[in-house]
Amino acid sequence: MTEITTGTETSKPATRLKVPSTAQQIPRLAHYQMRQYLQSRRFLALVVIVVAIGAIFSAVVAIYHSSFITSDSVSFYGGSWAGGVGVVIVLAAVFFGGDAIAGEFQNKTGYFLMSVPIRRATVYAGKFLAAFLTSVAIITIFFAIVLGNGIYYFGASAFPWQLFFSLPIVILYLLAVLGTTFLFSSLFKTSAYGFVLTIILFLFGFTILQDLVAILIKIEPWMVISYASGILSDLFSSPINWGLTATLGPVPAYDSPGIAEGVVIMLGYFILTAIAGLLLFEREEFK
Amino acid sequence: MMNKPNIEIVSLTKKFGSFKALDNLDLQIEGTKCVGFLGPNGAGKTTALKLLTDMIFPTKGECFINGISVQKERKLALADAGLLIESPEIYPSLTPYEGLEMVADLRGVPPREIKDRISEVLAEVKMESWADKKIGEFSKGMKQRINIAASLVHDPDVVILDEPATGLDPRGMAEVREIVRKLKKRNRLIFMSSHILQEVTEVCDEVALINKGKLLFYDTLGNVIDKFSDGHSSVDVGFAEPVNEALINRGLSAISGVTSSEVLDPKRVRLRFKGGTETQKKLLEEIVGLHIGVVSFSEPSSTLEDIYMKQIERGD
Ligand SMILES: Nc1ncnc2c1ncn2[C@@H]1O[C@H](COP(=O)(O)OP(=O)(O)OP(=O)(O)O)[C@@H](O)[C@H]1O
Ligand SMILES: [Mg+2]
Repeated sequence: MTEITTGTETSKPATRLKVPSTAQQIPRLAHYQMRQYLQSRRFLALVVIVVAIGAIFSAVVAIYHSSFITSDSVSFYGGSWAGGVGVVIVLAAVFFGGDAIAGEFQNKTGYFLMSVPIRRATVYAGKFLAAFLTSVAIITIFFAIVLGNGIYYFGASAFPWQLFFSLPIVILYLLAVLGTTFLFSSLFKTSAYGFVLTIILFLFGFTILQDLVAILIKIEPWMVISYASGILSDLFSSPINWGLTATLGPVPAYDSPGIAEGVVIMLGYFILTAIAGLLLFEREEFK
Repeated sequence: MMNKPNIEIVSLTKKFGSFKALDNLDLQIEGTKCVGFLGPNGAGKTTALKLLTDMIFPTKGECFINGISVQKERKLALADAGLLIESPEIYPSLTPYEGLEMVADLRGVPPREIKDRISEVLAEVKMESWADKKIGEFSKGMKQRINIAASLVHDPDVVILDEPATGLDPRGMAEVREIVRKLKKRNRLIFMSSHILQEVTEVCDEVALINKGKLLFYDTLGNVIDKFSDGHSSVDVGFAEPVNEALINRGLSAISGVTSSEVLDPKRVRLRFKGGTETQKKLLEEIVGLHIGVVSFSEPSSTLEDIYMKQIERGD
């Protein structure tokens, strides 16, 4: 016990605590949030899901010798990696972002976190960074499984350049999806709403929206995020449309965006949803 | 220059829709002491403390901690404050150690001191042996203990506690009082809402009473008692048999010094009297002398409680 018995003890040691700068607080908060994620059942569940998907995929390829491995490595990675990573990204974003903000309100953990001298924007950014890094970990597991299969069938030197080129796009798409998820999450104070809305939108809502826009309004659905995600697979097909405009398909004015166009759409989603979510959270009360 | 710890609440008003939860509250607290924040359920205590810590935003008014505006500079204002607002939850997958480490690190406790600080505050709330268990499995009172520890981990100057004894067992409540006493010895300012008047009487130097969002009074405990009790005390007398009106009027109320009597239940009467211990001694001797089947005397019920009840009633 370090009890001080004199009643006239001067208060604090001369050196007062200096609260870390915002730039220091963001990675620190992200570190502790990640720890909380990595120790949660939710993380474990997602690892199990991704490993199961990978195992089923590996088994199917091995048993049925699908056209994947009878053709070249480009179409193998295009079909497996580019075709599957989108779902993994959405799952990770929903698992780690779906209630990232709403949960702070619903579970009353916000009172704990906000008792710290920290700006609201720092909390938003730190939690975003944590969800992002945790999602990257999940995506890495998926990537490793695909890579394992690829190396087994095509050898350790048959990595098409598209595979490397797809990585920054995967990251960008993750940022866009997470940004959207966080925005929804800060719209509600009940976790379930954010979850349900993101799941519905990303699993089929956006795709339906995309078709509606293209078919009914007959314009290119550039404003729908799922449309942009098409560039991941397009990268592995030929010829590649690198441009800023769409390749026109059978449906008037709509097939899939050029690579550059998709990148711009994803970037736009990320920036706009991040700004909107931040502004929203700045005004949110812990009632 | 104000270098004593201080809290300043200026014309603070908060509306929820059209309902005014807090109405133009002004309060200046300065110095190293404990201030009890009292008021019935729904009076606006938590609302005031949430405004004071920037959990919610005022409709009007501003708050300052150590002279720094909470509304304008949340981060700076809260730097030297320890807060416990509305019994928070801590991420269930973390352990107390990890939760406190997060708070200490974000608050800027030097990394090499974090471990010692955490051990110190966990010992203070008697949770050392739970440091590495998951919080998700804790009881309400155990979580509250961790919350108290979290509010102290950086050794703050100003400590703001919203009903810290919520969910605690009797020993826990005594420990809270002990913690507050220690903080006072170390020259901290404690601003604490509470419903436990005994706790307030024991550890607080000053009390602020609010009702329906308005401040009724803020003064030292001594002044409050002098001002509102007019030198009256009371004692509860227990009887073996139910008492009747006649006995009370003829016997008890006639005793010198007794100013009023109130039948609490058929076998219990509360007597109010003017004067101190000496009067009380004589009073009891006289009552016993009446041979009317008295079986117990209980300590004068908390004077603060009487004042509290009267002041709240007046507003209703
Ligand atoms: N988020 C909210 N929305 C609407 N009204 C609210 C909200 N929070 C509090 N109130 C109202 O404001 C008033 C004051 O509530 P507050 O929680 O500050 O009371 P309190 O003094 O802390 O009470 P208690 O002793 O029960 O904790 C109450 O009438 C309550 O109904
Ligand atoms: Mg309250």
